[in-house]
Amino acid sequence: MNAVISTAGLGKRYRRRWALTDCTLDVPAGKVVGLVGPNGAGKTTLLSMAVGMLAPTTGTIEVLGGRPASGPEQLAKVGYVAQDTPTYTGLTVDEHLRLGAALNPRWDDAVARDRIRRLGVDPAQRAGRLSGGQRAQLALTLGIAKRPELLVLDEPVASLDPLARREFLQDLMEAVAEHEMSVVLSSHLVSDLERVCDHLIVLVDSRVQVAGDIDDLLATHHRLTGPRRDPETLPADQQVISASHTDRQSTLLVRTEAPVLDPAWSVDQLGLEDLVLAYMSGARDVARDERPAFEVLS
Amino acid sequence: MIEFHLDARSGVSPYQQLVHQVRHALRLGLLHEGDQLPTVKDVVARLAINPNTVLKAYRELEHEGLVSARPGVGTFVTRTLADDNLAAHGPLRRELQRWLAKARGAGLDDPSIEALFATTFRGAAEQQDIA
Repeated sequence: MNAVISTAGLGKRYRRRWALTDCTLDVPAGKVVGLVGPNGAGKTTLLSMAVGMLAPTTGTIEVLGGRPASGPEQLAKVGYVAQDTPTYTGLTVDEHLRLGAALNPRWDDAVARDRIRRLGVDPAQRAGRLSGGQRAQLALTLGIAKRPELLVLDEPVASLDPLARREFLQDLMEAVAEHEMSVVLSSHLVSDLERVCDHLIVLVDSRVQVAGDIDDLLATHHRLTGPRRDPETLPADQQVISASHTDRQSTLLVRTEAPVLDPAWSVDQLGLEDLVLAYMSGARDVARDERPAFEVLS
Repeated sequence: MIEFHLDARSGVSPYQQLVHQVRHALRLGLLHEGDQLPTVKDVVARLAINPNTVLKAYRELEHEGLVSARPGVGTFVTRTLADDNLAAHGPLRRELQRWLAKARGAGLDDPSIEALFATTFRGAAEQQDIA
Protein backbone atom coordinates (compact mmCIF):
# COMPACT_ATOMS: atom_id res chain seq x y z
CA MET A 1 0.00 0.00 0.00
CA ASN A 2 1.10 3.52 -0.80
CA ALA A 3 1.11 5.09 2.67
CA VAL A 4 1.35 8.75 3.72
CA ILE A 5 1.86 7.76 7.36
CA SER A 6 3.39 4.45 8.32
CA THR A 7 4.17 3.49 11.90
CA ALA A 8 5.69 0.39 13.48
CA GLY A 9 5.65 -0.29 17.21
CA LEU A 10 5.22 3.43 17.81
CA GLY A 11 5.02 4.54 21.44
CA LYS A 12 5.08 7.79 23.42
CA ARG A 13 5.55 8.20 27.15
CA TYR A 14 4.89 11.42 29.09
CA ARG A 15 6.88 11.06 32.31
CA ARG A 16 5.44 7.80 33.71
CA ARG A 17 2.27 7.58 31.60
CA TRP A 18 2.18 5.95 28.17
CA ALA A 19 -0.09 7.90 25.81
CA LEU A 20 0.53 5.48 22.94
CA THR A 21 2.04 2.01 23.00
CA ASP A 22 3.09 -0.32 20.21
CA CYS A 23 0.98 1.35 17.52
CA THR A 24 1.37 -0.09 14.04
CA LEU A 25 -0.70 1.37 11.22
CA ASP A 26 -0.66 2.58 7.62
CA VAL A 27 -2.59 5.59 6.38
CA PRO A 28 -3.23 5.25 2.63
CA ALA A 29 -2.26 8.08 0.25
CA GLY A 30 -4.58 10.16 -1.92
CA LYS A 31 -7.54 9.84 0.42
CA VAL A 32 -9.36 11.68 3.14
CA VAL A 33 -8.78 9.45 6.13
CA GLY A 34 -10.80 9.68 9.33
CA LEU A 35 -9.21 8.73 12.63
CA VAL A 36 -11.79 7.92 15.27
CA GLY A 37 -11.55 6.54 18.77
CA PRO A 38 -12.47 7.26 22.38
CA ASN A 39 -10.71 9.96 24.42
CA GLY A 40 -7.29 8.73 25.45
CA ALA A 41 -6.93 6.36 22.50
CA GLY A 42 -3.77 8.21 21.49
CA LYS A 43 -5.11 10.07 18.44
CA THR A 44 -3.64 13.48 19.27
CA THR A 45 -0.32 11.95 20.33
CA LEU A 46 -0.15 10.00 17.07
CA LEU A 47 -0.93 13.07 14.94
CA SER A 48 1.53 15.24 16.90
CA MET A 49 4.27 12.71 16.14
CA ALA A 50 3.25 12.57 12.46
CA VAL A 51 3.83 16.32 12.10
CA GLY A 52 6.99 16.27 14.21
CA MET A 53 5.70 18.25 17.21
CA LEU A 54 6.56 15.26 19.41
CA ALA A 55 9.35 12.72 19.13
CA PRO A 56 8.55 9.01 19.59
CA THR A 57 9.74 7.22 22.73
CA THR A 58 9.77 3.85 20.94
CA GLY A 59 9.23 2.55 17.43
CA THR A 60 9.29 4.36 14.09
CA ILE A 61 7.06 6.70 12.13
CA GLU A 62 7.47 7.63 8.48
CA VAL A 63 5.50 10.42 6.82
CA LEU A 64 5.54 10.80 3.01
CA GLY A 65 8.65 8.61 3.00
CA GLY A 66 10.60 10.81 5.44
CA ARG A 67 11.11 11.35 9.15
CA PRO A 68 8.68 13.95 10.58
CA ALA A 69 10.16 17.46 10.82
CA SER A 70 13.56 16.17 9.67
CA GLY A 71 14.23 19.29 7.57
CA PRO A 72 12.70 22.25 5.72
CA GLU A 73 11.61 20.06 2.81
CA GLN A 74 9.73 17.64 5.06
CA LEU A 75 8.12 20.53 6.97
CA ALA A 76 6.89 22.09 3.71
CA LYS A 77 5.14 18.87 2.70
CA VAL A 78 2.98 18.54 5.80
CA GLY A 79 0.28 20.96 6.97
CA TYR A 80 -1.16 20.79 10.47
CA VAL A 81 -4.29 22.27 12.00
CA ALA A 82 -4.05 21.51 15.71
CA GLN A 83 -6.89 20.82 18.13
CA ASP A 84 -9.24 23.81 18.57
CA THR A 85 -7.65 25.50 15.52
CA PRO A 86 -5.27 27.84 17.36
CA THR A 87 -4.25 31.20 15.90
CA TYR A 88 -2.20 34.13 17.24
CA THR A 89 -4.79 36.20 19.08
CA GLY A 90 -2.72 39.43 18.93
CA LEU A 91 -2.03 39.25 15.19
CA THR A 92 -4.44 40.45 12.51
CA VAL A 93 -5.76 38.19 9.75
CA ASP A 94 -3.48 39.97 7.27
CA GLU A 95 -0.47 39.43 9.54
CA HIS A 96 -1.29 35.71 9.67
CA LEU A 97 -1.21 35.57 5.88
CA ARG A 98 2.08 37.51 5.70
CA LEU A 99 3.56 35.19 8.33
CA GLY A 100 2.36 32.19 6.30
CA ALA A 101 3.97 33.63 3.16
CA ALA A 102 7.27 34.26 4.94
CA LEU A 103 7.47 30.83 6.57
CA ASN A 104 6.27 28.53 3.81
CA PRO A 105 8.25 28.09 0.58
CA ARG A 106 5.23 26.81 -1.39
CA TRP A 107 2.79 29.46 -0.05
CA ASP A 108 -0.09 30.18 -2.44
CA ASP A 109 -1.01 33.80 -1.63
CA ALA A 110 -3.77 33.98 -4.26
CA VAL A 111 -5.59 31.03 -2.66
CA ALA A 112 -5.21 32.51 0.82
CA ARG A 113 -6.43 36.01 -0.15
CA ASP A 114 -9.32 34.61 -2.16
CA ARG A 115 -10.48 32.43 0.73
CA ILE A 116 -10.33 35.32 3.22
CA ARG A 117 -12.29 37.53 0.80
CA ARG A 118 -14.96 34.85 0.31
CA LEU A 119 -15.25 34.35 4.07
CA GLY A 120 -16.03 38.05 4.39
CA VAL A 121 -13.45 38.55 7.14
CA ASP A 122 -11.80 41.96 7.51
CA PRO A 123 -8.02 41.43 7.04
CA ALA A 124 -7.33 44.15 9.62
CA GLN A 125 -9.29 42.23 12.31
CA ARG A 126 -7.25 40.69 15.13
CA ALA A 127 -7.58 36.88 15.29
CA GLY A 128 -8.58 37.13 18.95
CA ARG A 129 -11.72 39.04 17.94
CA LEU A 130 -12.89 36.44 15.38
CA SER A 131 -15.75 34.04 16.06
CA GLY A 132 -14.90 30.37 16.62
CA GLY A 133 -16.00 29.51 13.09
CA GLN A 134 -13.96 32.33 11.53
CA ARG A 135 -10.88 31.39 13.56
CA ALA A 136 -11.20 27.78 12.40
CA GLN A 137 -11.54 28.99 8.81
CA LEU A 138 -8.41 31.15 9.22
CA ALA A 139 -6.46 28.13 10.50
CA LEU A 140 -7.76 26.06 7.59
CA THR A 141 -6.77 28.83 5.16
CA LEU A 142 -3.19 28.73 6.45
CA GLY A 143 -3.17 24.93 6.14
CA ILE A 144 -4.49 24.98 2.56
CA ALA A 145 -2.43 27.94 1.28
CA LYS A 146 0.72 26.19 2.47
CA ARG A 147 -0.06 23.73 -0.36
CA PRO A 148 1.02 20.61 1.57
CA GLU A 149 1.01 17.07 0.22
CA LEU A 150 -0.53 15.94 3.49
CA LEU A 151 -2.89 18.01 5.64
CA VAL A 152 -3.37 16.79 9.21
CA LEU A 153 -6.31 18.11 11.24
CA ASP A 154 -6.85 17.20 14.88
CA GLU A 155 -10.51 17.53 15.92
CA PRO A 156 -10.95 20.61 13.75
CA VAL A 157 -14.72 20.99 14.15
CA ALA A 158 -15.24 19.77 17.72
CA SER A 159 -15.91 23.22 19.17
CA LEU A 160 -17.92 24.64 16.24
CA ASP A 161 -21.68 25.05 15.99
CA PRO A 162 -23.39 22.88 13.33
CA LEU A 163 -23.48 25.62 10.68
CA ALA A 164 -19.82 26.61 11.13
CA ARG A 165 -18.93 22.92 11.13
CA ARG A 166 -20.69 22.32 7.84
CA GLU A 167 -19.07 25.40 6.26
CA PHE A 168 -15.63 24.29 7.46
CA LEU A 169 -16.06 20.82 5.99
CA GLN A 170 -17.47 22.22 2.72
CA ASP A 171 -14.36 24.37 2.32
CA LEU A 172 -12.06 21.51 3.26
CA MET A 173 -13.70 19.26 0.65
CA GLU A 174 -13.56 21.98 -1.97
CA ALA A 175 -9.83 22.30 -1.31
CA VAL A 176 -9.41 18.54 -1.66
CA ALA A 177 -11.25 18.67 -5.00
CA GLU A 178 -9.06 21.52 -6.25
CA HIS A 179 -5.63 20.57 -4.97
CA GLU A 180 -4.24 17.09 -4.85
CA MET A 181 -3.55 16.36 -1.22
CA SER A 182 -4.00 13.59 1.28
CA VAL A 183 -5.93 14.48 4.41
CA VAL A 184 -5.98 12.87 7.85
CA LEU A 185 -8.49 14.18 10.34
CA SER A 186 -9.53 12.98 13.75
CA SER A 187 -13.05 13.49 15.04
CA HIS A 188 -15.68 12.11 17.36
CA LEU A 189 -18.42 13.03 14.94
CA VAL A 190 -18.91 9.88 12.91
CA SER A 191 -21.67 11.42 10.80
CA ASP A 192 -19.24 14.12 9.62
CA LEU A 193 -16.54 11.55 8.94
CA GLU A 194 -18.97 9.48 6.88
CA ARG A 195 -19.54 12.44 4.56
CA VAL A 196 -16.01 13.69 4.15
CA CYS A 197 -13.80 10.61 4.44
CA ASP A 198 -13.16 7.72 2.08
CA HIS A 199 -11.21 5.71 4.60
CA LEU A 200 -11.68 5.15 8.30
CA ILE A 201 -9.35 3.96 11.05
CA VAL A 202 -10.81 3.08 14.45
CA LEU A 203 -8.16 3.39 17.14
CA VAL A 204 -8.73 2.14 20.69
CA ASP A 205 -5.91 1.91 23.26
CA SER A 206 -3.24 2.44 20.57
CA ARG A 207 -4.61 -0.50 18.57
CA VAL A 208 -6.27 -0.36 15.15
CA GLN A 209 -9.61 -2.12 15.68
CA VAL A 210 -10.74 -1.82 12.08
CA ALA A 211 -9.49 0.09 9.05
CA GLY A 212 -10.89 0.26 5.56
CA ASP A 213 -12.65 2.22 2.85
CA ILE A 214 -15.99 3.39 4.22
CA ASP A 215 -18.00 1.94 1.32
CA ASP A 216 -16.40 -1.46 1.92
CA LEU A 217 -17.00 -1.25 5.66
CA LEU A 218 -20.68 -0.44 5.12
CA ALA A 219 -21.11 -3.15 2.49
CA THR A 220 -19.54 -5.92 4.57
CA HIS A 221 -21.13 -5.29 7.98
CA HIS A 222 -24.66 -6.42 8.77
CA ARG A 223 -26.94 -6.63 11.76
CA LEU A 224 -28.61 -10.03 12.06
CA THR A 225 -31.63 -10.55 14.26
CA GLY A 226 -33.41 -13.85 14.72
CA PRO A 227 -34.20 -16.68 17.09
CA ARG A 228 -31.61 -17.19 19.81
CA ARG A 229 -28.54 -18.92 18.54
CA ASP A 230 -24.96 -19.62 19.57
CA PRO A 231 -22.64 -17.42 17.45
CA GLU A 232 -20.26 -20.39 17.28
CA THR A 233 -22.65 -22.09 14.84
CA LEU A 234 -22.35 -19.35 12.20
CA PRO A 235 -20.62 -20.01 8.87
CA ALA A 236 -16.85 -19.58 9.08
CA ASP A 237 -16.84 -16.51 6.81
CA GLN A 238 -19.05 -14.52 9.18
CA GLN A 239 -16.94 -12.71 11.75
CA VAL A 240 -18.93 -11.70 14.83
CA ILE A 241 -18.12 -8.16 15.99
CA SER A 242 -20.68 -8.05 18.76
CA ALA A 243 -23.45 -10.28 20.03
CA SER A 244 -26.32 -9.77 22.43
CA HIS A 245 -29.02 -12.21 23.44
CA THR A 246 -32.39 -12.24 25.15
CA ASP A 247 -33.95 -15.54 26.17
CA ARG A 248 -35.48 -15.87 22.70
CA GLN A 249 -33.63 -13.58 20.34
CA SER A 250 -30.06 -13.04 19.21
CA THR A 251 -28.76 -9.80 17.70
CA LEU A 252 -25.40 -10.16 16.01
CA LEU A 253 -23.21 -7.70 14.25
CA VAL A 254 -21.18 -9.59 11.68
CA ARG A 255 -18.61 -8.80 9.05
CA THR A 256 -18.74 -10.92 5.91
CA GLU A 257 -17.90 -10.56 2.23
CA ALA A 258 -20.67 -12.96 1.16
CA PRO A 259 -24.43 -12.35 1.36
CA VAL A 260 -26.17 -13.75 4.44
CA LEU A 261 -28.50 -16.44 3.10
CA ASP A 262 -29.81 -18.11 6.26
CA PRO A 263 -33.58 -17.35 6.17
CA ALA A 264 -33.76 -17.45 9.99
CA TRP A 265 -31.98 -14.08 10.10
CA SER A 266 -33.49 -10.76 9.39
CA VAL A 267 -30.61 -8.81 7.86
CA ASP A 268 -30.26 -5.05 8.21
CA GLN A 269 -27.88 -2.45 6.88
CA LEU A 270 -25.66 -1.01 9.56
CA GLY A 271 -24.94 2.70 9.87
CA LEU A 272 -21.34 3.81 10.24
CA GLU A 273 -21.97 5.17 13.73
CA ASP A 274 -23.23 1.80 15.02
CA LEU A 275 -20.35 0.05 13.30
CA VAL A 276 -17.75 2.29 14.94
CA LEU A 277 -19.43 1.99 18.35
CA ALA A 278 -19.49 -1.80 18.07
CA TYR A 279 -15.74 -1.92 17.47
CA MET A 280 -15.08 0.59 20.25
CA SER A 281 -17.16 -1.20 22.86
CA GLY A 282 -15.84 -4.58 21.69
CA ALA A 283 -12.31 -3.39 22.37
CA ARG A 284 -13.33 -2.04 25.78
CA ASP A 285 -14.90 -5.37 26.78
CA VAL A 286 -11.72 -7.16 25.77
CA ALA A 287 -9.64 -4.81 27.89
CA ARG A 288 -11.95 -5.46 30.83
CA ASP A 289 -11.76 -9.24 30.48
CA GLU A 290 -8.06 -9.12 29.56
CA ARG A 291 -8.64 -11.61 26.79
CA PRO A 292 -6.79 -11.49 23.49
CA ALA A 293 -8.89 -9.84 20.78
CA PHE A 294 -9.11 -12.85 18.46
CA GLU A 295 -11.17 -14.80 20.95
CA VAL A 296 -13.99 -12.35 20.59
CA LEU A 297 -13.60 -11.72 16.91
CA SER A 298 -13.41 -15.34 15.64
CA MET B 1 -30.14 20.22 -13.22
CA ILE B 2 -30.88 18.28 -10.05
CA GLU B 3 -29.76 18.90 -6.50
CA PHE B 4 -28.42 16.08 -4.36
CA HIS B 5 -29.14 15.52 -0.68
CA LEU B 6 -27.79 13.02 1.83
CA ASP B 7 -29.60 11.07 4.51
CA ALA B 8 -27.07 10.35 7.24
CA ARG B 9 -29.28 7.80 8.96
CA SER B 10 -30.18 5.61 6.00
CA GLY B 11 -27.25 3.19 6.39
CA VAL B 12 -26.78 3.49 2.61
CA SER B 13 -23.32 4.73 1.70
CA PRO B 14 -23.19 8.31 0.37
CA TYR B 15 -22.03 7.28 -3.11
CA GLN B 16 -24.94 4.88 -3.46
CA GLN B 17 -27.34 7.59 -2.36
CA LEU B 18 -26.08 9.81 -5.18
CA VAL B 19 -26.43 6.98 -7.71
CA HIS B 20 -29.97 6.26 -6.49
CA GLN B 21 -30.96 9.91 -6.75
CA VAL B 22 -29.79 10.15 -10.37
CA ARG B 23 -31.53 6.89 -11.29
CA HIS B 24 -34.66 8.10 -9.52
CA ALA B 25 -34.62 11.40 -11.42
CA LEU B 26 -34.10 9.52 -14.70
CA ARG B 27 -36.98 7.20 -13.93
CA LEU B 28 -39.36 10.03 -13.07
CA GLY B 29 -38.34 12.01 -16.13
CA LEU B 30 -36.75 14.85 -14.11
CA LEU B 31 -33.54 14.38 -16.07
CA HIS B 32 -33.47 14.11 -19.86
CA GLU B 33 -30.90 13.12 -22.39
CA GLY B 34 -28.30 15.90 -22.71
CA ASP B 35 -28.93 17.35 -19.23
CA GLN B 36 -25.84 18.11 -17.22
CA LEU B 37 -25.25 16.69 -13.75
CA PRO B 38 -23.86 19.07 -11.11
CA THR B 39 -20.07 19.33 -11.30
CA VAL B 40 -18.02 17.45 -8.73
CA LYS B 41 -16.90 20.72 -7.19
CA ASP B 42 -20.51 21.94 -6.87
CA VAL B 43 -21.67 18.76 -5.17
CA VAL B 44 -18.67 18.76 -2.85
CA ALA B 45 -19.15 22.39 -1.88
CA ARG B 46 -22.88 21.96 -1.34
CA LEU B 47 -22.96 18.70 0.61
CA ALA B 48 -19.54 18.82 2.30
CA ILE B 49 -18.72 15.37 1.00
CA ASN B 50 -15.59 13.74 -0.31
CA PRO B 51 -14.87 14.43 -4.02
CA ASN B 52 -14.01 10.75 -4.53
CA THR B 53 -17.54 9.86 -3.44
CA VAL B 54 -19.02 11.96 -6.24
CA LEU B 55 -16.51 10.63 -8.77
CA LYS B 56 -17.30 7.07 -7.75
CA ALA B 57 -21.04 7.66 -8.16
CA TYR B 58 -20.55 9.28 -11.58
CA ARG B 59 -18.23 6.45 -12.68
CA GLU B 60 -20.86 3.88 -11.73
CA LEU B 61 -23.54 5.78 -13.68
CA GLU B 62 -21.16 6.00 -16.63
CA HIS B 63 -20.48 2.28 -16.41
CA GLU B 64 -24.23 1.68 -16.63
CA GLY B 65 -24.35 3.80 -19.77
CA LEU B 66 -26.62 6.42 -18.21
CA VAL B 67 -24.22 9.35 -18.33
CA SER B 68 -20.98 10.23 -20.03
CA ALA B 69 -18.20 12.53 -18.88
CA ARG B 70 -16.77 15.16 -21.22
CA PRO B 71 -13.38 16.06 -19.77
CA GLY B 72 -13.19 19.70 -18.79
CA VAL B 73 -16.89 20.29 -19.50
CA GLY B 74 -18.96 18.09 -17.22
CA THR B 75 -21.06 14.96 -16.96
CA PHE B 76 -24.13 14.61 -19.18
CA VAL B 77 -27.12 12.30 -19.30
CA THR B 78 -26.98 9.96 -22.29
CA ARG B 79 -30.01 7.79 -21.66
CA THR B 80 -33.20 8.05 -19.66
CA LEU B 81 -34.90 5.27 -17.74
CA ALA B 82 -38.37 6.72 -18.01
CA ASP B 83 -39.56 5.84 -21.53
CA ASP B 84 -40.22 2.11 -21.48
CA ASN B 85 -41.04 2.03 -17.78
CA LEU B 86 -43.52 4.81 -17.19
CA ALA B 87 -46.25 3.06 -19.18
CA ALA B 88 -45.97 0.01 -16.95
CA HIS B 89 -46.37 2.02 -13.73
CA GLY B 90 -50.16 2.33 -13.97
CA PRO B 91 -51.06 -1.37 -14.25
CA LEU B 92 -48.44 -2.31 -11.66
CA ARG B 93 -49.81 0.25 -9.23
CA ARG B 94 -53.36 -1.08 -9.71
CA GLU B 95 -52.15 -4.64 -9.08
CA LEU B 96 -50.37 -3.51 -5.95
CA GLN B 97 -53.50 -1.71 -4.76
CA ARG B 98 -55.52 -4.94 -5.24
CA TRP B 99 -52.85 -6.85 -3.33
CA LEU B 100 -52.90 -4.29 -0.51
CA ALA B 101 -56.69 -4.60 -0.28
CA LYS B 102 -56.31 -8.37 -0.07
CA ALA B 103 -53.65 -8.08 2.66
CA ARG B 104 -55.85 -5.75 4.72
CA GLY B 105 -58.78 -8.11 4.12
CA ALA B 106 -56.67 -10.91 5.60
CA GLY B 107 -56.25 -8.80 8.76
CA LEU B 108 -52.70 -7.45 8.28
CA ASP B 109 -52.04 -4.00 9.68
CA ASP B 110 -49.71 -1.47 8.00
CA PRO B 111 -46.48 -2.44 9.83
CA SER B 112 -47.12 -6.14 9.03
CA ILE B 113 -47.66 -5.31 5.37
CA GLU B 114 -44.47 -3.26 5.25
CA ALA B 115 -42.49 -6.02 6.97
CA LEU B 116 -43.88 -8.66 4.63
CA PHE B 117 -43.07 -6.55 1.59
CA ALA B 118 -39.54 -5.76 2.82
CA THR B 119 -38.61 -9.38 3.58
CA THR B 120 -40.10 -10.66 0.31
CA PHE B 121 -38.38 -7.89 -1.66
CA ARG B 122 -35.03 -8.65 -0.03
CA GLY B 123 -35.50 -12.39 -0.49
CA ALA B 124 -36.27 -11.91 -4.19
CA ALA B 125 -33.29 -9.57 -4.61
CA GLU B 126 -30.95 -12.12 -3.02
CA GLN B 127 -32.37 -14.93 -5.19
CA GLN B 128 -31.57 -12.75 -8.16
CA ASP B 129 -28.05 -12.12 -6.91
CA ILE B 130 -27.41 -15.86 -6.68
CA ALA B 131 -28.91 -16.56 -10.10
